[in-house]
Parts: sequence; structure tokens; C-alpha cells
Amino acid sequence: MAKRIKTVNKEMLKKTLRTGGCGECPASCQSACKTSCTVGNQVCEKA
Amino acid sequence: MLIHRMHLDDNYVVLDVNSGAVHIIDKMIYDMLGIYDGTNKTETLQHFTGEYAAADVEEAMEELEDLQKQGLLFSPEFPVPDTFSDEPILKSLCLHIAHDCNLRCKYCFADTGDFGGHRALMSNEIAEQAVEFAIKGSKQRHNLELDLFGGEPLVNWPVVEHVVNYVRRREQETGKNIKLTLTTNGTLLNDANVKFLNDNRVMLVLSLDGSKATHDNMRPFAGGKGSYDKAVAGFRKAIDSRHGKNYYLRGTYTHYNLHFTDDVLSMLEVGREISMEPVVGTTEPYVLKEEDWPILDKEYEKLARVYLEKRRKGEGFDFFHFNVALDNGPCVAKRLAGCGAGHEYFAITPEGDIYPCHQFVGREKYKMGTLATGIVKKDMVQYFRHMHVMKKDACRTCWARFFCSGGCHANADLVNGDIAKPYEYGCKIQKKRLEMAIILEALLTEDVNEGKKDLRPAIDNFKFQVKKEQ
Repeated sequence: MAKRIKTVNKEMLKKTLRTGGCGECPASCQSACKTSCTVGNQVCEKA
Repeated sequence: MLIHRMHLDDNYVVLDVNSGAVHIIDKMIYDMLGIYDGTNKTETLQHFTGEYAAADVEEAMEELEDLQKQGLLFSPEFPVPDTFSDEPILKSLCLHIAHDCNLRCKYCFADTGDFGGHRALMSNEIAEQAVEFAIKGSKQRHNLELDLFGGEPLVNWPVVEHVVNYVRRREQETGKNIKLTLTTNGTLLNDANVKFLNDNRVMLVLSLDGSKATHDNMRPFAGGKGSYDKAVAGFRKAIDSRHGKNYYLRGTYTHYNLHFTDDVLSMLEVGREISMEPVVGTTEPYVLKEEDWPILDKEYEKLARVYLEKRRKGEGFDFFHFNVALDNGPCVAKRLAGCGAGHEYFAITPEGDIYPCHQFVGREKYKMGTLATGIVKKDMVQYFRHMHVMKKDACRTCWARFFCSGGCHANADLVNGDIAKPYEYGCKIQKKRLEMAIILEALLTEDVNEGKKDLRPAIDNFKFQVKKEQ
């Protein structure tokens, strides 16, 4: 039992290598930003 | 860089860059990760002998090694997938309904509405052609986004109305899901146009910079009078009528309001869905200066504290750049590709000219074609398409590369004259707000793991939410 480390979320990037790329998610700068690019603000449309 | 440590007050977090795993850690682990690189165990143990009890350091090291075995710390880099076929599929289009505006915002990248050219309004015909360009370019893709932008699109209301009706008809005919967004300064919103926008599921981006003083300073009418009162009246009308959903209040902070948390709090008097972005420029007086950075650095921390406190009290608000999906975020392909400007995303001027995005409009060398000719600069499409985050020298080893995707091409071009060279000041801001976002999400997730109420922000990709009938 870890005492000093609490893992919040597990590995998730590499598992999308095979499944990702459908392109159905929105453009990253289309709505609430318009002056920067942050893909981290989105969720996967298939998730 | 394989890991990145960050903290807010006495909350310590580490991100494992290549797996995306996030861990809340204690101060000792945080300190140890300043030395430990995944391989130098002996050196690390020796380094902390005397500073911490030897047994504690060894126990902590066991926990770190256990994470490594699970692939959740110091995960190695992985090969970049070849997800970029030569033929892009369009996902998003920005229609410049009006190169004209009733305001004269001092920082406007549209040069107070005319984008460096003459004032012009899009016609019904150009608007329809743009929609067809988008539908055709989107091929088999089901979701398509169209943004009605300006200048101020409401100065050309008949065309907004026409194109929205046209889109909804073509949506039925093509079977696509077409998301519409309209960006407005709010001063021309009225009962009739608000109803029409609601009925047609048009998301709203409402430009508000914070307090009346801040807003009026940067966003006056053409005659010089501040626009706050008129804008807020319009925003309230729109927000109330759509039951507090389906909008963002979107502000810009500048050198003149570095303590922008106060402005975010002012915005809460109008709505709770907020986005606040740094101004971009080169030599203008409002541009962020190097000496502003320590203030901004602390300001994001201040905003994060307020954000967390309000969420935990059940009075939460949404701050767009603090939304980060740790478990169900975008795939690697998306994280590499970024905004899609110039290959998946384009902007159309009132005349029907095609540019890589709304910010490039008016930068003549980036004109890629017209709706009549189609895209003629095919090489430029490929250049944008392949200029992903791992192709940029400054980004390849940056810890934030899978969250920011290499930053904004238009800002890079504006400041450095090259889309391959990111705007460094923007990177600093981006990294700071990402740190805050990851820490906040980690803390709120840990609350859930401890059995407390789930107060994390809902990330819905800005989809129009239809109110369920009672």
C-alpha cells in the first residue's frame, strides 16, 4: 500500500495509439479560446 | 523530459509525461524526484541521507520503483504514429460573417473588425458556398463545426439567420451533426435574435473582459463610450433564456489587468462558464511584458485557489483552461495534431477567401485559395498538416507537449514569423495554467476517491445541451 503516493489516473495515452485518430472531436481552438491551442481541454468523443 | 513535478501551496503532483499518469505525492517524494531520474537510485538515497530519515527515503524509493514497474513513472517515449495521411478531412470552418464591428476594441486581432482590409459583409451566396465547402471537405466525418465569427457577426444579422437556416436544412439532408457557434460582443443581442439562436442550437461565445472598468477600457464603442452595460444586458438576456447553459463568457486580459482573477470574479456576476485568455501582440502598449510574468505566475495560483475553494463549497464555476480530462482525454493522434489550422480547420472571409484560421485572415501570404478556386496552395496545407508538435524543436522534449500540441500557429507566426517556432511567452502561460489544471483535477479526483461528492468540472466539448422538459 503506497503511503506517500496516490495515483489519480493510470496510463491512458499509449492505449489510444491503436484506437485513436477518428477525428470526430472538435477543433481545439474553435470555441472558447480562439487565441491558443489546448487539446487537453477536450474529451474523446468515443470515451 | 519524462516527468514533470508541480505544486500549489502544499499540494504536490507529478505527471508521467509519456503515459499521462498523474500522482499526488508528498513533499519528500517531490524533493526526491528533483534528483531521481528513474535510474540513479544510489545517488538519490545518498543525496537525501541526513535530510530525511534513511528508512523513510528507502520506503519512498520502493514506492517510486513500484510505479516504474507498473509503467506509471518515467515511462519511455513511444514512436509517433503515422496518423497523418496526405488527404486531410475538414472538421471545422470559421465564417467571417462580417468584417465590420460596432466596437473598437484596442487589442482586436481583426484590427477593430476589418482584419487590416476594408469593411465588408458576407453575402448569403458566399455563406452557402462556405457551408458546402465544409460539407464536401468533411467527407465521411459525422461531426462538423461551423463558427459564425467577425468582426461582429450580428451587424450582418440577415446573413446569420440565412446561414443558420441553411445549415439546419443541409444537416437534415446530409445526416451530419453540425455544431454551430456564434461569437459576439453582446451589444446587439435582443429578444428576437436570442430566441432564434436558442431555437437553432447555436452555442454562444460572449466577449466580456471582467469588471466594468477593465471591459470599458479595452472594449469601447466606435464613439469611445464603454460597451460594458450594453454587452452585459445582452449577455444576461441570452444566458437566462438558455437556462445558464450553452455559452462561454470569454475574456482577454492584458498588461492593464494582470490581476485578472478579480475580473474573473466580476464575470461570475454575469455567468459561470468562463474563459480568460492572455492578449497576443508584439509592440503594442497593452502587450504582456517580461516583467509582468512573476505577477501572472502568481495570478494563476490565486485563481486556482479561488476555483478550488468555490468548487468544494458547491459554488463552482467553469474555467475553460482549468478543464483537463485526465482519464478520457483525446487520443495521441489528436494530441499531436493540435488545432488543425490549415488542414482540418479554415477561415472564410466575407469575399470567400480561404485562410488557415481566423487569426491568419489578412496575412496575405497565407491566403490559400478562394471558395471559387478551392484551395490552390496544396503545399501549404501539407506544411500545416505535418507541422505537429513533435516537429517543433522547442516542443519535442517539453513536458506539456501532449496537452498543448505545440501551441498556436498564428501566434508563432505573429511573434516569430514562423509557425515552427512557438511563441515563448504563450508557452510559459500555457504551462502554468496546465500545472494548475492538472493539480486541481487531481485534488478533485482524490476527493471522489475518498468518498466525497464529485465536484469535478463536466467536460462536454462545448456541445449544445437541450433542457429536459419537466
